Amino acid sequence: MNWLNQSASETQITHKRRLWLYAFAVAVMLFLLAPTVIVMPMSFSQSQYLEFPPREWSLRWYEHYFSSPAWMLATATSLKAGFLTMLVATPLGTMAAYGLYASSMRAAGTIFLILVTPIIVPVILVAIGVFYVYAKIGMVNTLSGLVLAHSILAIPLVVVIVSSALKSFDLNQEMVARSLGANRFKAFALVTLPQIKFSVITGALFSFLTSFDEVIIAMFVSGAQNSTLTRNMFNALRDQIDPTIASISTVMIVVSSALLAATQLMGRGRKS
Amino acid sequence: MSAAAKPHARELKSDARRERLALLGLCSPALALILVIMVIPVGWLFWLSFIGESGDFSLENYARMIDNKSYFRIFRTTFEVSVLTTAICVLIGYPLAYFLAHLPQRMANLCMIAVLLPFWTSLLVRTYAWLVLLQRKGLVNDWAIGLGLWDEPLKLVHNLSGTLIGMVHIMLPFLVLPVYGSMRAIDRDYVKAAANLGATPTQAFWQVFAPLSLPGVLAGSLIVFVLCLGFFVTPAVLGGGKVVMVSMQIANNIELFFNWGAASALGVVLLAATFAVLYAASRIVKFDQIIGGGHGGS
Amino acid sequence: MNDATPAKAALPISISRLTKTYGKVFALDHVDLDIESGEFLTLLGPSGSGKTTLLMVLAGFTRPDHGSVRFGDAEIIRSPPHKRNVGMVFQNYALFPHMNVAANVGFPLKLRKVAKPEIEARVERALETVQLGGFGGRGIDQLSGGQRQRVALARAIVFEPRILLMDEPLSALDKKLREHMQIELRHLHEKLGMTTVYVTHDQREALTMSDRIAVINHGRLMQLGAPKTIYERPANRFIADFIGESTFLPVEVTAGKAMLEGREIRTASPPEGEGRRLVLLRPERLHILAGKAPAGLNVFAATVRDVVYQGDSFLMYAVMAGGQEIAVRGLTRSARLSTVPAPGARVKLGLDPDETALIPDDEAR
Repeated sequence: MNWLNQSASETQITHKRRLWLYAFAVAVMLFLLAPTVIVMPMSFSQSQYLEFPPREWSLRWYEHYFSSPAWMLATATSLKAGFLTMLVATPLGTMAAYGLYASSMRAAGTIFLILVTPIIVPVILVAIGVFYVYAKIGMVNTLSGLVLAHSILAIPLVVVIVSSALKSFDLNQEMVARSLGANRFKAFALVTLPQIKFSVITGALFSFLTSFDEVIIAMFVSGAQNSTLTRNMFNALRDQIDPTIASISTVMIVVSSALLAATQLMGRGRKS
Repeated sequence: MSAAAKPHARELKSDARRERLALLGLCSPALALILVIMVIPVGWLFWLSFIGESGDFSLENYARMIDNKSYFRIFRTTFEVSVLTTAICVLIGYPLAYFLAHLPQRMANLCMIAVLLPFWTSLLVRTYAWLVLLQRKGLVNDWAIGLGLWDEPLKLVHNLSGTLIGMVHIMLPFLVLPVYGSMRAIDRDYVKAAANLGATPTQAFWQVFAPLSLPGVLAGSLIVFVLCLGFFVTPAVLGGGKVVMVSMQIANNIELFFNWGAASALGVVLLAATFAVLYAASRIVKFDQIIGGGHGGS
Repeated sequence: MNDATPAKAALPISISRLTKTYGKVFALDHVDLDIESGEFLTLLGPSGSGKTTLLMVLAGFTRPDHGSVRFGDAEIIRSPPHKRNVGMVFQNYALFPHMNVAANVGFPLKLRKVAKPEIEARVERALETVQLGGFGGRGIDQLSGGQRQRVALARAIVFEPRILLMDEPLSALDKKLREHMQIELRHLHEKLGMTTVYVTHDQREALTMSDRIAVINHGRLMQLGAPKTIYERPANRFIADFIGESTFLPVEVTAGKAMLEGREIRTASPPEGEGRRLVLLRPERLHILAGKAPAGLNVFAATVRDVVYQGDSFLMYAVMAGGQEIAVRGLTRSARLSTVPAPGARVKLGLDPDETALIPDDEAR
């Protein structure tokens, strides 16, 4: 109870007078967390109408998901596309971020803006534009077409993340390495890269997730054998609420949260 | 001006140029990919928008937009949804950011999970979750009726309310992160000085803290607004066909009508509107803050 | 315990017409400088003088507009940094945090593909040279500032470079440690014998450590000479002001004599040319005369205006009849040993002609 009468900030306003703010903030945080968290137990409902909390627990929707060839194929496609996008966007984005950082040309600012444009342009435009071009060269419904399109969505993220890591990196270290006998590439690989490793991996992860979660481009550019998980989910949602989607969602939440938690822990481990 | 007066001048200059180009060359694969996959197709679309039914140059696609009332409705809906979403995000996001910015760093990092977890969760998954929660027989209605908030199940989804709820949920982290970042950066000494000079806590907030946090708020609002303009998935799922945004109309034009002219014209307008908003904002807020501020948490 | 024989370790550096501009500003303005093999040369100047730019050009990180730099006989101006084989110590040490001490120090040897056992031996020897023997296994974050600086030094000398460049390496240390390290660095230089170019803005540090000092300002070499020469015979007013304390008395040179209000001021060497000059007055060289002045001294009569107590010494400001201000520094002693004049008193200040120097009356461009 004492705590309520203590001051909460430099202006000596007490915690008691700020309780409304705390309650409000907690409510907003619950609002943010609730849907994601609630979907997970709901996916274990026995009934067709997803219930919270489930009256009867069952794994039927998971069985339905894992035993469906269509869903499994779509999942495999999404995983492949995500992985390949990560492989394309991470090196390209990291190279670009380093190039901008190391060259002190005035054009660097403009180039940065161009690299960031894909996240500013509405995705629907990119989607139909790419669809149009792919249709002409026969790349619709191909995995490579999808990966290339997803990569340009991922590259800006990698560039921004790696750029901000480089900004707080001490350029002197590379200079020292070069004075000691390392050429630019070795200096980067042996000195800089190990220290921005965490950001590069975060960028890689975001590239994967960007591709994995992407709906709109997939809608137009993937299909038939190469339809992605999200595309199928979206189409299913437009018809009716298929409870299988709840189980798929839960799997996606768990996997992406685990991946992100792993990188955060890894980052924290290094800092100590 | 003999060579002896400026030894090695020419060689040094070309060495310098070569090095600069090599470094910028590192950017070229990424630039090339963006050029080929985005700039060219979108440029093609731009050109397509000026091609009419007959295959000749024509402005009929744009004319149709001005004449046709349903297009006007679509633009209005898009604008309304974007403005409302942004406003609601600011109203509920600002206090949250304020709360987080005043927590000790470790607690703040912990609470940030509440903001970052949905941010990382798939868009489709979150939209689906709201679809389930907001149905007639869904959780929200069940609990509200149980708590006595209302008697009959409300139609919370497949309409504007459902769309707004979903979009606010998606967009909120995009606002909270830059605002939080800018609040953390405010030197507490300013508030102390205000208090020392006689300001009440309320005055200190409105006259010192709030104005200093404004750049972050503008940056966040800008990001949210621009994202809303082009948004597709959430309104498509939660709007039930009643909330038609520009992006959805573009998709329909392609999927259902194969009308490239109409779709690309709409796309050009959307793109122009997006750039106009960004340009107007860049006059007020520095661009670096927008890009850099959004990733302060990760 | 000598790591390398002095004969191998040293290279002379010869710099000619070195120029670097940023837009219209000359960071380096046609600098000519010859650094002797094995000497400890300090580049001394205020911030923005160009001294760090010069060092960076020597290291290869800044590309000049034009000029020639030779290490020994080899022209290296176009050579990239990693081929120059110079040791370098930065102001903030720039140790690699993701490697331990041994890995940091061994880094240049690894790049040169030296065999592992030899790397270990040479690393340990380098660490012993900087008195950090056995520290190889430590992490960088476990070291104090002074220790980090020594690791940076060990890393810069382990591959036996013939030239060592140091960019204000001691400025991040506190005063006592800095003074201790100045002496240590000097000893290290004498032991290893490599040509050392040292950048600092601290004139005391320059006077302590150098064989010669190159005073740099506005991208130009103002004066090159031994510490004693720079201190006692500065070439211009800027140098006189920058190094040590000084006040100036304007005099007129006519017919080979320096005249102040009709009296001759005797100088160490006969004045050259004609016109206005400045007499350089170092506060610690002026003597407060009691009683009759010994013959042959330059004597100045003045009235005391202020006396400032500074612990180990006092600073006395006096004004001459013609309005010129003189500063005098004396060591504090007990009242029995000497009396410090009070404000308002008239004093006679004596200066040995051998310690009287003339400098041109300009800010020196």
